[in-house]
Amino acid sequence: MKFGVVVFPGSNCDEDCVDVLRDVLKQEVVALWHQETRLHGCDCVVLPGGFSYGDYLRTGAIARFSPIMRSLAAFAKDGGLVLGICNGFQILLESGLLPGAMLRNTSLRFICRYVTMRVERTDTPFTNRFRSGQVVRMPIAHNEGNYVVETKTLKALQMHRHVVFRYCDADGQVTASSNPNGSTDSIAGLCNAAGNVLGLMPHPERASEPELGSADGRLIFESLINAMASA
Amino acid sequence: MIARVSVTLKPGVLDPQGKTVQQALESLGFKGIKQVRVGKCIELELNHGKVASAKRDVERMCEKLLANPVVETYRIEVKR
Repeated sequence: MKFGVVVFPGSNCDEDCVDVLRDVLKQEVVALWHQETRLHGCDCVVLPGGFSYGDYLRTGAIARFSPIMRSLAAFAKDGGLVLGICNGFQILLESGLLPGAMLRNTSLRFICRYVTMRVERTDTPFTNRFRSGQVVRMPIAHNEGNYVVETKTLKALQMHRHVVFRYCDADGQVTASSNPNGSTDSIAGLCNAAGNVLGLMPHPERASEPELGSADGRLIFESLINAMASA
Repeated sequence: MIARVSVTLKPGVLDPQGKTVQQALESLGFKGIKQVRVGKCIELELNHGKVASAKRDVERMCEKLLANPVVETYRIEVKR
């Protein structure tokens, strides 16, 4: 399976994504500079974390207009797999590939720590290797993770099961105290209607090697590989 | 021609920054503050000849980039 990792000016998690995909999972990976318009036959494109354009104006607001994003929108429309991590998720929201927006964490603090999330759906190309309801541990590192969305859209998201990950406590209970940033409905990650675009705030690429504290994130990449293998 | 755009959170959107600023002001002894909302001000210097066309263009800028329509609203002021 061929993965592409987009690099925007200010992205800083792209190399971690490449390392995990290439060295841990032994997949073919290419870095895609944001000014590229071709996706070079990638099966899955990753928008990595970081501070694209310095988070100027709003996080992800400028990156969404990068030349590669037009190609990515067409790719996603055709069913191509897109994974947005942290700033990548924010860029997907700004571009409208996923609904809603990110606000500053309610604590007004940049939060950098492990969180536990519950896997709400295992019938997506991103989560087929998890068990339904599985509690996973991954690190977050963000200042704007407070997901908000219009009430009408939220109801649709909930009804159509677009919420893929929710922040929870170690026992899998979704509680206010286990929500690190005030995100609506404790949403940590969601997908689009077609299920081929996923955005999540936690960093699976930082949780793909047990030596670093958790390998739960690896299951997202393995799910993608699994999904492509059976496609 | 100068256009001043004021981008603020839509009413009803939680503004913890505004709340914190309010608490800070109150701790400094200021009284009678009902609410504080923090937004941003963007100033554009334009070459447009007519106010109407400048306003139209700036409005499109707001819709396209300067404000996020999900959570923000904007006000435009254009002056020669």
